[in-house]
Amino acid sequence: MAEPSTHADPSRSDPVLDALAAAVGPIETSTFRGQTRVVIDAERSMESLRLLKEQGFDLLVDVSCVDYLEYKGAKHRYGLVYLLASTATNRRLTVRLFVDDPDPTVQSVVPLWGAANWLEREVWDLFGIRFTGHPDLRRLVMPEAFTAHPLRKDYPLQGRGERHNFPVLTRDDG
Amino acid sequence: MAVITGGNTGKLELPENVFVSKLDELANWCRKNSLWPMPFATACCGIELMATGASKHDLARFGAEVFRFSPRQCDLMIVAGRVVMKMLPVLQRIWLQMHEPKWCISMGACASTGGVFDTYAVVQGIDRFIPVDMYVPGCPPRPEQLIQAIIDLQDKIQREGTITGREFDTAERQRRKRALVEASELLTIDASRNPVIQRELTQIAGRN
Ligand code: SF4
Repeated sequence: MAEPSTHADPSRSDPVLDALAAAVGPIETSTFRGQTRVVIDAERSMESLRLLKEQGFDLLVDVSCVDYLEYKGAKHRYGLVYLLASTATNRRLTVRLFVDDPDPTVQSVVPLWGAANWLEREVWDLFGIRFTGHPDLRRLVMPEAFTAHPLRKDYPLQGRGERHNFPVLTRDDG
Repeated sequence: MAVITGGNTGKLELPENVFVSKLDELANWCRKNSLWPMPFATACCGIELMATGASKHDLARFGAEVFRFSPRQCDLMIVAGRVVMKMLPVLQRIWLQMHEPKWCISMGACASTGGVFDTYAVVQGIDRFIPVDMYVPGCPPRPEQLIQAIIDLQDKIQREGTITGREFDTAERQRRKRALVEASELLTIDASRNPVIQRELTQIAGRN
């Protein structure tokens, strides 16, 4: 696995990342099997992602999340992953940022890519990351009455009894 | 028309093609041979359910080939596949919409116990929430197994059915029949601190 490097190394010059570094300050980049990854600051995520969109990343492929609870060497609890692609140059870029408890919050990117709407709803549903500015932040897959965020590592696999919280129908009811 | 003639003997003489039976048994005989299944197929077991209805296994031989997609027309619900939290209210509503007399077959490991999907969203056995008459083990059960379940259900209908449905009357009866208990508690308890398990262990040790 490649070592993370600060994007100041002139031998790795990349116009897109240079522009990003120029706009928001030093960023951490790394490559793995030809794929470029960049870690941005959660506070300035909107600014950074808007810039990347202007640099040609017109397609948001996925928004996902990782819970780093008790992960070796992890400094933050949640890692958000944005997979960007450019339909013009066929280039791909993985953008990551970190947020923490107690109220993990990040700016919604729905204004930039409409595709983010359901993707962010899914992340909210399963991980409880709040996306500020999202037009309709409801649960996507779990029932509306569900209260937990089940993909968090501290949520028990078998749930907290939600799955058995239903009325029992007997023959008398039918 | 058959004419029943009583002789001086006081015995009833019947023509060859007339049988005497009970009304209950007649009703059961009709019901069991015209089961109309409601295919509640939510997962892979549903594929076997389709195979059961298709030409090779030909459920029509047992009078149960008329799969209906309206619960109003069905009297046998076949739950084939896992049922998740979001689906359970739908299942219950469809069950309530079916007319009496009605029966339910829980097909496969998932419908009966949750199967391998012991997770927060999957209901661990539909019999926790609706009455079930037959369980079919397997993952998935072969069509022959489902057919056997239907034959057994026909047997059951013939044996215990009544024209007024008296056999369905008690909720108590269903509770006793529930095959499943909450297993997760059993699996997670610490045996060294559980007095019941300890007592049993000492009893076993004493016997040896
Ligand atoms: S019992 Fe097996 S075949 Fe049937 S629904 Fe479950 S996983 Fe699929």
